[in-house]
Amino acid sequence: MVNLNFRMKQIASWALNVATMRGASYADARIVSQRSRALTTKNGKVGSASDAESVGMSVRVLSDGAWGFAASEDLSRAGVEATAARAVEIARASAQVKQQDVRLAPEKPVTAEWTTPHRIDPFSISVEQNIALLLNIDSELRAVAGVTLAESNLNFNREEQWFLSSEGSDIHQTKYSAGAGYTAYAFAGNEIQKRSYPNSYGGQWQNKGYELIEELKLVENARRIAEEAVALHHADQCPEGTFDVILDSSQLGLQIHESVGHPIELDRVLGMEANFAGTSFLTLDKLRTLRYGSAMVNVVADARQEHGPGLGTFGFDDEGVPAQCTPIITNGLFTGYLSSRETAHTIGENRSGGTLRAEGWNRLPMIRMTNISLLPGEKPLSLEQLIASTDHGILMQTNRSWSIDDRRYNFQFGCEIGWEIKHGKRARVVKNPSYSGITTEFWNSLDAICSRDEWTLWGTPNCGKGQPQQVMGTGHGAAPSRFRQIKVGSAYKGS
Amino acid sequence: MLSRDQAADIFDRIRKFSSADETEVLFSGGRFALTRFANNTIHQNVAEENHIVSVRTVFGGRTARASTNKFDDDGLRRVVESSESLAQVQHPDPDLLPMPDSREAAGGAGESPVPTRHFAETAAITPQLRAEGVKKIVEVAQKHKLTTAGIFSSSESVEGIFNSRGLSNWHTQTLAEVSITMLAADSSGWQKANSPDVANLDPLALAEVAAQKALDSAHPAEIPAGKYAVILEPAAVLDIVGFMFWDYSGVALLDQRSFLNGRIGSRLFGENITIWDDVSHPLQTGAPFDGEGMRRMRVPLVENGVVKRVVYARATAERMKRSELRGQAGPIEATGHGFALPNEMGEMPLNIVFAAAQDPQTLSQMISSTERGVLVTRLWYIREVEPYEKMLTGMTRDGTFLVENGRVRQGVRNFRFNQSLIHMLSSVEAMSLPLRSCGEESFDMVVPAMKVRDFNFTEVTKF
Repeated sequence: MVNLNFRMKQIASWALNVATMRGASYADARIVSQRSRALTTKNGKVGSASDAESVGMSVRVLSDGAWGFAASEDLSRAGVEATAARAVEIARASAQVKQQDVRLAPEKPVTAEWTTPHRIDPFSISVEQNIALLLNIDSELRAVAGVTLAESNLNFNREEQWFLSSEGSDIHQTKYSAGAGYTAYAFAGNEIQKRSYPNSYGGQWQNKGYELIEELKLVENARRIAEEAVALHHADQCPEGTFDVILDSSQLGLQIHESVGHPIELDRVLGMEANFAGTSFLTLDKLRTLRYGSAMVNVVADARQEHGPGLGTFGFDDEGVPAQCTPIITNGLFTGYLSSRETAHTIGENRSGGTLRAEGWNRLPMIRMTNISLLPGEKPLSLEQLIASTDHGILMQTNRSWSIDDRRYNFQFGCEIGWEIKHGKRARVVKNPSYSGITTEFWNSLDAICSRDEWTLWGTPNCGKGQPQQVMGTGHGAAPSRFRQIKVGSAYKGS
Repeated sequence: MLSRDQAADIFDRIRKFSSADETEVLFSGGRFALTRFANNTIHQNVAEENHIVSVRTVFGGRTARASTNKFDDDGLRRVVESSESLAQVQHPDPDLLPMPDSREAAGGAGESPVPTRHFAETAAITPQLRAEGVKKIVEVAQKHKLTTAGIFSSSESVEGIFNSRGLSNWHTQTLAEVSITMLAADSSGWQKANSPDVANLDPLALAEVAAQKALDSAHPAEIPAGKYAVILEPAAVLDIVGFMFWDYSGVALLDQRSFLNGRIGSRLFGENITIWDDVSHPLQTGAPFDGEGMRRMRVPLVENGVVKRVVYARATAERMKRSELRGQAGPIEATGHGFALPNEMGEMPLNIVFAAAQDPQTLSQMISSTERGVLVTRLWYIREVEPYEKMLTGMTRDGTFLVENGRVRQGVRNFRFNQSLIHMLSSVEAMSLPLRSCGEESFDMVVPAMKVRDFNFTEVTKF
């Protein structure tokens, strides 16, 4: 390890030396070694089994007041120096079309080591054991008559990064993540229904070792999930109208992602994503003036380990800024954005919020959600107690579709399953539940949040942003919550 | 950039390291650069060079894959070991076929040759040239008192496959792409185009159209949601129709997750809809072989509204021939559309070409014939609400207009739609000539603009 660290720092120093010699006023180098394993099963067979590794380096420079970035797989001295020279050349080209020089908020250089706390290295578990687990789940799902397709997955990632900057930062960071989940489909008549566990689109993901897989109780829940998928064919269509809605914590996690996490990205607010991901309704005048939600809404952006093992947990971001907790919504008031060294000054801050991350060695770091979490209610409240206190409403669980406009006002979500609640009880299962609304109206309608023991830190592994597009994992803590008088079922209106 | 000879040498080294019954190696990568601008400034400007070698090994019906970007002996030895150790612990797959040889992969005679898709002028684009292009786009924005955001990218890439049965295929391609958003105080306009040959791109023309859309849609009015005659520009058409092509797959039929289950051979769309998958089409891009090296066939997916067939990877075709669904699956043969093995999705058509209508209309003609309707530039954040009726939701974006009495009247606030694709393609009243189009919600296609009746807008947003 000592030799490897020495070699990586040497490679980075070649890049930084060339960049500064060629006139860069700032430079950083990231060398990243990534390893991933993906295993899937489908209807009793292994669907895919693959390992991947990728190693390379990028150089990010400021020259003539503008950014340049170059990346290469070539870690020879000649290759690294050519990459650094290319980054400076690109920055000079950028400088031809600028309105003002880039300003970086100051950041004290650090020398640090950080590793994701984990109990079991996921790559130490044999592939045979993993496949046996998936096939066991598959067998449980397909034991239920009516299941026409069963899919399951296990995913493990390890990313080791050496970050060095011309300001003197020297950070060695190793992150682990794991993910697992499954889905049972039931096709009958003119309808395809499905149920997923623990969440849809790949299940639950966290920055943890293999212990995550052991905690998820995957096999234990498979039969129930399969039965629910089949039962949906006999369920009534979710009624259309205005209802009180209770969202389970996984659906609420995605709601937070789309209607809080994205709008608070300061690069979007400043127009930097206008061509692709869009902009944001949260213009700068709304900071500390907008009533984002009801008084019980408290949201933080927290990348620190003490928040939990979310996909947005790290020691340092990809420009060397330590993980932080930023209050985003405080007692309903909008109080903070996700920022970087380049953008912090636009909101009057003299330090970055530490949110710049890149998908890999060959991608430019950009503002990404960390763990954007709705804090749990302070008074003890279980989901069952919340249902019991609801006279007439719809409980919705597990996302099936999601869509929101490019300024993050209007959204529509569909869920896999719902229950109509009448007089404090689950009266019947309903299929195809969906709801829609306007972001701030929705968050202002929140009137109950379950307490800490119902709170889960969910992982969203597939957040897309940027050009070229980068996929990033983000974390979202949530407990089941109730929203008053929400529009339900407009997805099916007029169809 | 990696050459075919270098790849052949790497393949030979990999074979020496491998003890597998069969070995297949995929190559991909190249050089990619993208200049990104916003607020009339280049704010991100990146370049990368990377190649990936992906090794699939087979031991007695067991297969797995490992990939790396390290091509030295240690790296290659390690990736072979990873692939082999993963493969050896699999259960034998009775559906796994021997790798195709060159003769099988070439397919039958009759496929058109693929035109060259590598252009030296595109490969030679420098950061300086991209910056000069962006500067001209910014000048258009400033002329109209707008701000602009977008990209100008260029790439040179390779895709290759070698296997131990002697198959060897290689494809090189360039691509240049320009995407432009023009922003005014309360409106925006957008245009995007790409081509292997940069000479086919006209960034200034794209910038002017995007700017005009931003100006024309200023001060958008709110009109109520409901069913409207809608004129979808080609980018909007590809955004939405792209969501159905995952289902034109033998595996999707076998999985019973396709909206075509039970519908092959039936008239699902209007008689004016005919769709091909055709990698050789002059406006298409991509390699003429699939993930196993099989030649991509030209396949009629829909003819005059009737769903004719789906595409098949080799193993999928054999599975379907044995399946009880075979009588409802259309013609069953390997068509050269498989993904790299092993995978769970099977195959998909990726070179979609809509046939020209008998009486194509220009966009202007479609507008002229519309008493009241909505003109849509682009769609956004489309997701599937209901899979069998192919109900999709999404938003309009960057230039949505009210059309009244045959004229574009004014910009309107953006709508959310909830629309069945089946219903939409059964309600097409007019189409333009198809052209190469690109968007953000789906892959590039050759599609027309469409005028569609009773398009279902369910909500209006705030801008």
